[in-house]
Amino acid sequence: MLKIMDVAASAMNAQMLRLNTTASNMANAGDISGSEDTVYRAQNPVFESVLMDAQRGSVGVEVTGIQSNNAPVNKRYEPGHPQADENGYIYMSNVNVAEEMANMISASRSYQSSAEVFNTSKTLMLRTLQLGQ
Amino acid sequence: MPINFDKALGVHQHALTLRAQRSEILAANIANVDTPNYKARDIDFEAALSKATGSNETSPVHLKRTAGNHINGNVSASGSSLQAELMYRMPQQSSLDGNTVEAHRENAAFTENALLYQTSLQFLGGKFKGLKAAITGGR
Repeated sequence: MLKIMDVAASAMNAQMLRLNTTASNMANAGDISGSEDTVYRAQNPVFESVLMDAQRGSVGVEVTGIQSNNAPVNKRYEPGHPQADENGYIYMSNVNVAEEMANMISASRSYQSSAEVFNTSKTLMLRTLQLGQ
Repeated sequence: MPINFDKALGVHQHALTLRAQRSEILAANIANVDTPNYKARDIDFEAALSKATGSNETSPVHLKRTAGNHINGNVSASGSSLQAELMYRMPQQSSLDGNTVEAHRENAAFTENALLYQTSLQFLGGKFKGLKAAITGGR
C-alpha cells in the first residue's frame, strides 16, 4: 500500500513537469529571434517507467530528460523588424499552440487520476489501521 | 494455540493481501498512462486467491529439477505464498506509442478493487469483533 503512494507521487511529479513545460511553451509561443539557432523551440519531457519494487510489480514514472522539438521553425520575411537578419527574415518559435493545449488537458487529467489513486489508497490505509477497533 | 487465526479469519486475510497487491499494480498502470511502450498489467484475482487458499484442485505443472540450483518452474509452488502471476492486458484500441493503458478501464478497475478491499476489511473487522466477543463473553 505504501508503494502506491510512491507510484502515484512519481506520476504526479512527472505530469507536473509536463504541465510546466507546456506552460513554458505557451508563454514562449510568440517568441521571435534574428537567427534560426537562438529561437525558442518547444520543450517536451520524455517519460519512462521505472521499477520501484520488482517483487510487487510497482512501476513508477520517471522523466529521463527534456527534448527540444525538432519541428522546423517558422520563417517570415519582415525587413522592417528590428530583429530581422541581413536578408530581412525573422524566425518564430515552433510551438504548436493546439498541440500544447491538448498536452495541457491530458497532463491535468492524468494528474487528477493519480491524485485520486493517492487519496483512495490513503483512505484504505486509514481504514486498515482501524482494523479490529 | 487455542485460537487458530487461519481458521477464524478464513479467506478474507488472503483476499485482503491480494487486493492490496492488485491495487499496487493498477496504480502503476494509472501512473504510466502517458509512458510510451508501457504495457498495462493485471492479475487474475480468482486464480490467485484459489492458489493462495490452496483450494486449487488441478495441481500446478512443475518443472523437473535435476540440480539444486535449478529455478523452481512453478513460481508459487508453496501454497501459502501470495505471489500472483502478472499478466498483460489486451487493449481494446492500441495506441501509436506502444502504450496499452486505457485510463477509463484502469480507473474503473482501481475503484472496484478499492471497494472490494474495504469489503474484505469489513469482513475481517467483523471476524475480530466476533473473536473479541468470544474472549470477553460479550461483556
